[in-house]
Amino acid sequence: MIVRNIANLDGIKTVIEGESMDREISGMYCCDLLSIAMGHAPEGSCWCTVMANMNTLAVAALTDCACIVLCSGVKCDDNMLMKAKTEGITVFETELPVFDAALKIHEAL
Amino acid sequence: MENSVHLHYDVDGDDFTRAGEASSDVKHKLKKLNVPADAIRRIAIAMYEGEINMVVHANGGVIDVYIYADKLTMILNDVGPGIQDVSLAIQEGWSTASPEVRELGFGAGMGLPNMKRSSDEMNIETEVGVGTKITMTVYY
Repeated sequence: MIVRNIANLDGIKTVIEGESMDREISGMYCCDLLSIAMGHAPEGSCWCTVMANMNTLAVAALTDCACIVLCSGVKCDDNMLMKAKTEGITVFETELPVFDAALKIHEAL
Repeated sequence: MENSVHLHYDVDGDDFTRAGEASSDVKHKLKKLNVPADAIRRIAIAMYEGEINMVVHANGGVIDVYIYADKLTMILNDVGPGIQDVSLAIQEGWSTASPEVRELGFGAGMGLPNMKRSSDEMNIETEVGVGTKITMTVYY
């Protein structure tokens, strides 16, 4: 499944359409500790997290994640939105908890 | 250092949100040079962790990057507090980061271990009260 199709799933909405909308998702990754994600997030993965700050974007960009899904109702602030736009990183938001969001996307892969 | 492209970066010690700008810039440049993706990822991870460490522990520092045909060497210099016990600092899970840093998602004690794992060679020179110099090389 490509990144764009995540928006078709119930309860998940697109916040930033980045450069990766047509990229194939390699798998799911769940982690809130950026230090761990930095070392382990697989390239091309869809990363579900509740950690929303500027550094989340940096980690996603450097590990080359396909997109970020902010879970449990966590929102991007204005600075994060601006940075995501500039860097071309695709960001989704959902009220679903991390596990449920990841499972839902995983089942659609 | 002959036959290399030299890049120099000043890492701002006050602004946590800007950490990653140097590694991001190197990543973009390496892509243009057609360096293999796996090597770029390892270089980006190693350098970003180094940047974070400089901001968290050392009030910033400088990074010099030397790009060769078959490898990249980065030298990270700071005049921070130094590392008291390198053998402890290199262990996964060991951290002296503040609660504020932990709230941002860092401070899990993965910085130096990630740097070591991502690079092919890593050398740490440190003196308490003087500063730290870390040299890392990635081959491709």
